[in-house]
Amino acid sequence: MTATANRIDRLFEDRSRKRFIPFITVGDPTIEATFQIVTAMVEAGADVIELGVPYSDPLADGPTIQRASERALQNGVSIADALQLVARLRKSGIEASLVLFSYVNPVLQYGIDRFFADLAAYEADGVVIPDLPIEENGPAVEAAKKNGIHVISLVAPTSESRIKKIGEQASGFLYCVSSLGVTGARTELRDDLAVFLQKVKSSTNAPTAVGFGISTPEQVRAVAPHTDGVIVGSAIVQEIEKHNEQLKDPEQMPQAIEKIKTFVQQLASALQ
Amino acid sequence: MNTQQTTTPVVPDENGRFGQFGGKFVPETLMNAVAALEVAFEEARRDPQFVQELGGLLSEYAGRPTPLTYAERLTEALGGAQIYLKREDLNHTGAHKLNNALGQALLAKRMGKKSIIAETGAGQHGVASATVAAKLGLSCKVFMGEEDIRRQSLNVFRMKLLGAEVIPAVSGSRTLKDATNEAIRHWVTHVEETFYVIGSVVGPHPYPYIVREFQKIIGEETRSQILQMLGRLPDEVIACVGGGSNAIGMFYPFIQDENVALRGVEAAGHGVDTDKHAATLSLGRPGVIHGSLTYLLQDEHGQVQEAHSISAGLDYPGVGPEHSYLKDSGRVTYTSVTDAEALEAVQLLCRTEGIIPALESAHAIAEAIKRAPQMSGDQILVICLSGRGDKDVLTIQEALEEQSKGGEQ
Repeated sequence: MTATANRIDRLFEDRSRKRFIPFITVGDPTIEATFQIVTAMVEAGADVIELGVPYSDPLADGPTIQRASERALQNGVSIADALQLVARLRKSGIEASLVLFSYVNPVLQYGIDRFFADLAAYEADGVVIPDLPIEENGPAVEAAKKNGIHVISLVAPTSESRIKKIGEQASGFLYCVSSLGVTGARTELRDDLAVFLQKVKSSTNAPTAVGFGISTPEQVRAVAPHTDGVIVGSAIVQEIEKHNEQLKDPEQMPQAIEKIKTFVQQLASALQ
Repeated sequence: MNTQQTTTPVVPDENGRFGQFGGKFVPETLMNAVAALEVAFEEARRDPQFVQELGGLLSEYAGRPTPLTYAERLTEALGGAQIYLKREDLNHTGAHKLNNALGQALLAKRMGKKSIIAETGAGQHGVASATVAAKLGLSCKVFMGEEDIRRQSLNVFRMKLLGAEVIPAVSGSRTLKDATNEAIRHWVTHVEETFYVIGSVVGPHPYPYIVREFQKIIGEETRSQILQMLGRLPDEVIACVGGGSNAIGMFYPFIQDENVALRGVEAAGHGVDTDKHAATLSLGRPGVIHGSLTYLLQDEHGQVQEAHSISAGLDYPGVGPEHSYLKDSGRVTYTSVTDAEALEAVQLLCRTEGIIPALESAHAIAEAIKRAPQMSGDQILVICLSGRGDKDVLTIQEALEEQSKGGEQ
């Protein structure tokens, strides 16, 4: 696969439409549930799916995603399982962009070259590594380029003079962190968010997506004018947590999936 | 020639690397904060006023220099090398931790921050941070694992008495690793007004470097004290290693003295052949924890494993990146001793020298118990006695009662 064939690039060729990017943790509560939820989210209007690889020490995550990570780790979910899931989704005809979200240590232990070769082989499109700033991402970016995969960088309200450098190197899309702190629902967004997003936009050719703390259709609508995509994680993970027991029961699963789908639809449709 | 010095590469380099180890693996939100810290520290250490203020606090408040004590009866009991103890237990608050806490809190003040946060395992760094916050008029929050809060109730009360807020970390193993996670999460959220006082030579660059610079006073004093007392350098220096700040502080000034053997001692817990230990350098492999590439206890998928030690201060699955570098370069030899060996060492030091060591420091004593008899009577062995054991007496009592009941170790 070459870089031009990457689904993320094709998706953002048309920037008149805003893109919806949900995050969920792989294997929460089961791999089968994750497969069904991704399929439902694509039907509900998701353009890019972030698939979280669970980690024992998720430093950038708040309590909601920490708990999801713990549940998935109890099932022994690893990078290999996330890659298998990607392959299965592709086989079932899912054409949305698929991005793995993993902390750096599991990637290092899997092997950087092997990781990016496998992302390409299993037809994923990119990866977000929240604890790999641009100063440290050289080997990953090199391996990613070789395999036509995007290493999606993050930019934060505290990045200031770093915004330009990060913007110039941005690949796929630029993940704009809406507020200080860890992931998780917030009732209010920063007053100066629009100013920050404007600054980012003017320093990059890459599309931008905003995440961290966005949890309601109102918030999605509020940030949409300033960005090409909106990322929602914890709010959806919370909805999955609510239906945890049903999702583990094959008989009750379809009903739970339907509820999650409706929840995601409300968020996605706020962009249209 | 015993005092001959060799030249070794300067670490860390401008990327914060000790060889391949170290670096800054933290969320983007923190990157400017660590860069600002790097600049502020470089300015501070060149500013005579800062150096003087810190020096004044270290001598007039902390009580430095700490003595180097000849352990005559311990030497006799072991029948080998002459043993000297570097008495960090006599530093104010009872451990070496205050050296670094004073330095970082002064730096925080210089940077205009009014709040400091800290993580703590045994509680010694938490107490040191609470102490300097009181002394310098800063507010202080200390993150501590729920399990450690239970094990170290005396230190929890000391921190509260000193005016700090103690925040329990309830995730994971509820020990030092998780307290550090919570401290970093708090820091990410309040990065603009908060200074994170890291307690060991761990974390993203420049922390391992800054903490070393504030702790190297231990080795500098030891080096000049032994030269003054005996006119020669020691043959061997031993220190315990959890994150490894007392060990780096002790070793660093001796690194270029190639005839001084350096030994770091990790916690083997129930034994290195069990799954309950904290012997990171012996049994781990390189990985990233708390912003730094270093030896790490982890499973095949890179999930961090829980460490175990009777000593809360050594109960950490990572280790300072400079130790990883010194292990691979061969300059320092790393070994480990078990909970049971550490307990025996506590008792021996109590009875021969009238000193109750911290359980952490007892690991260094336990290694000396093995080493001294293998050395000759004209050789010199220095042990870093990093802290006093008052905080541990309940744990020691419980463990000894368990042993005398014939309980399995």
